[in-house]
Amino acid sequence: MFDGIQRRVVSVWFPRLASDRALRLRPIEGPFALTHSISNTNRIYCLNVAAERLGLSAGMPFSDARAFCPELQSRPADPLADRRFQHALRHWAVRYCPWVGLEDGDGLVLDITGTAHLFGGEAELLMDMRQRLSRAGITARIGLSDNRGAAWALAHHGEGSAPVGAALDVLHDLPVAALRLEEKTVTGLGRLGLRTIGELANAPRAPLSRRFGSSLLMRLDQALGQQPEQITPLKDPPHYGVRITLPDPIGIKSDVMEGTSRLLTQLCAKLKSRETGARILALTLRRVDQDSQQVELRLARPMRDATRILPLFERGIGDVDAGYGIDQMRLEAVQVEPMPVQQLSHVASGHKDQLDDLITRIGTRIGLENVQRFLPADSHIPERSYQIAAAAFSSPESTWSTIRPRPLHIFPPAPLLGTHAVPTPPKRFRWRRMSFVTARTSGPERIAPEWWLEADEWRTGVRDYWCVETRQGRRLWLFFTPQSPGWYVQGEFA
Amino acid sequence: MPPDFAKSFPLRTARVHEVCGPSSASFAAVCAGVAQGTVLWIREHWRPEGVNPLGLSPFFDPAKLLIAQVKDQTEGLAVAEEALRDGSTPLVILEISQPMGLIQGRRLQLSAKAGKSTGLCLIPDGMGSNAAESRWHAAPIFDPFSAPGDSTLQRYELIKNKSGTLGSWHVRWDTASRCLRLVSATGE
Repeated sequence: MFDGIQRRVVSVWFPRLASDRALRLRPIEGPFALTHSISNTNRIYCLNVAAERLGLSAGMPFSDARAFCPELQSRPADPLADRRFQHALRHWAVRYCPWVGLEDGDGLVLDITGTAHLFGGEAELLMDMRQRLSRAGITARIGLSDNRGAAWALAHHGEGSAPVGAALDVLHDLPVAALRLEEKTVTGLGRLGLRTIGELANAPRAPLSRRFGSSLLMRLDQALGQQPEQITPLKDPPHYGVRITLPDPIGIKSDVMEGTSRLLTQLCAKLKSRETGARILALTLRRVDQDSQQVELRLARPMRDATRILPLFERGIGDVDAGYGIDQMRLEAVQVEPMPVQQLSHVASGHKDQLDDLITRIGTRIGLENVQRFLPADSHIPERSYQIAAAAFSSPESTWSTIRPRPLHIFPPAPLLGTHAVPTPPKRFRWRRMSFVTARTSGPERIAPEWWLEADEWRTGVRDYWCVETRQGRRLWLFFTPQSPGWYVQGEFA
Repeated sequence: MPPDFAKSFPLRTARVHEVCGPSSASFAAVCAGVAQGTVLWIREHWRPEGVNPLGLSPFFDPAKLLIAQVKDQTEGLAVAEEALRDGSTPLVILEISQPMGLIQGRRLQLSAKAGKSTGLCLIPDGMGSNAAESRWHAAPIFDPFSAPGDSTLQRYELIKNKSGTLGSWHVRWDTASRCLRLVSATGE
């Protein structure tokens, strides 16, 4: 049995998390509500105390609320931002203990076992927490008990703290809804006359579990500490940022490069310890006049080799206007990718690295998306038989195969005017102000449009492609469209 | 008797060459086929005529081709210079749309020398730079005796050469063995 320090759990509930967050961003006097749209009706999502006092409640239609209270101000709700705010609060709560988890969408749970004395005791800890939250403008209800269930019950119903080992005494008079039960179960218990946790705890267990299932008794046992319940702390995402503050401002390029090299060494050590590589790096240079300039470096491959990354920064740093001098530098890996340690092989891999560095350098000049490579695509349509992908975000594939020769150049089909619309290739034709005499032809090769894809240029139906050798030397790729007769040029062979 | 083709054709490395004429892209593809390693092809993004990788596949594996889409010629020259100086791409192909001055040509030449890589500029007729090591004119010609499946017969004419004589040859790319074959001129 447990005989060390008694486990103590704090549950914090933020009843008005969303509206508190919105009001912190832009404070408003008077009644305020956040609205969201559910099945074409604008409903109230969360409201502040002033609005609640006027008799409004969450979930009521917004138009009704405006009728009750014409001075009600509102903003649209942003559940994602609320979620982020909850995570930020969790990060803040780590100041009390290292073991902090999230509770539903609007609460936190802290395992403060063994940390309360750091704040002078449990009561002082709770007071400190309350003070800080109220100063930040966040409404919070806090419950403290031996286990998570009881702390939750206290936070949501009644607020207070239960002394060690006396959960039942405190919970005795709380309604059964404080046990985190489903609505249906609470109603069912009410019909049986079991309204408080004390009544429920004294009732015989077997009929209860037969009627409501095992979850009811599990919740009761969890609240009374007879069944353990875990708190899952979230891990902080690793932070890839380093900075340096300089005693005197600098402005020469070589100085800035030296500073960057120091930052890079630190950052790369961090990246290495986590087996990741940076893909996008941002170097922020703060000037003496509080202005800041940013140099962004996008790499062709995840990298964590400081000596290789540093020369790539040269071009960006050269463009920076140092003004009266730079006194703070900050380097952050904005985007990181996993980069496990790899076995070196005898095959020259240094050459590949050099090529990647070249792609990065060219990318800083013309944009990393503009360095491209061809990838094969599965289509008979000539212009769809390949795709173009950014070289930094794709790897070369060498499964190129053609059954029939394809032209070196493909251009948008140009109609051959003045030719007879007959299926045999024209004897002579004009194209791009040049006249050609057909010497030899091979074909036809029929290509049907892909009906599952929309393509305007294929409206003319199937195409019969001919390779036409002209007496002038050029080999052209002509096609005839039997469904709407006409001749076109689409390519030129090498 | 025409001068020795082998003296001038695999283009001299660490130099920048030029090619014009209707078959200049095909000439570039042949050079890329002969070169070992990655090839960088710099083109201006607004040009409608792109190369077709399937059309390149008889010459070399399109997987070793990198395309740089640039805004204008200045940017293209900057990228070419960077790539030539780096040397990790043995062949850099640059499409030129405006006349190139002596300074630009010389800068390309110097960076090719520094990186020991070859440059090839595809120029419109008469827009080359005097700094080029050699200038070629490539044009297709009709061969009445060619077998089906043969690639186009080409006439490569060396119209400027800084270290050697000029000349003109009829050549044909051998698709099966991926090499350039010299063909004796047809007596028409």
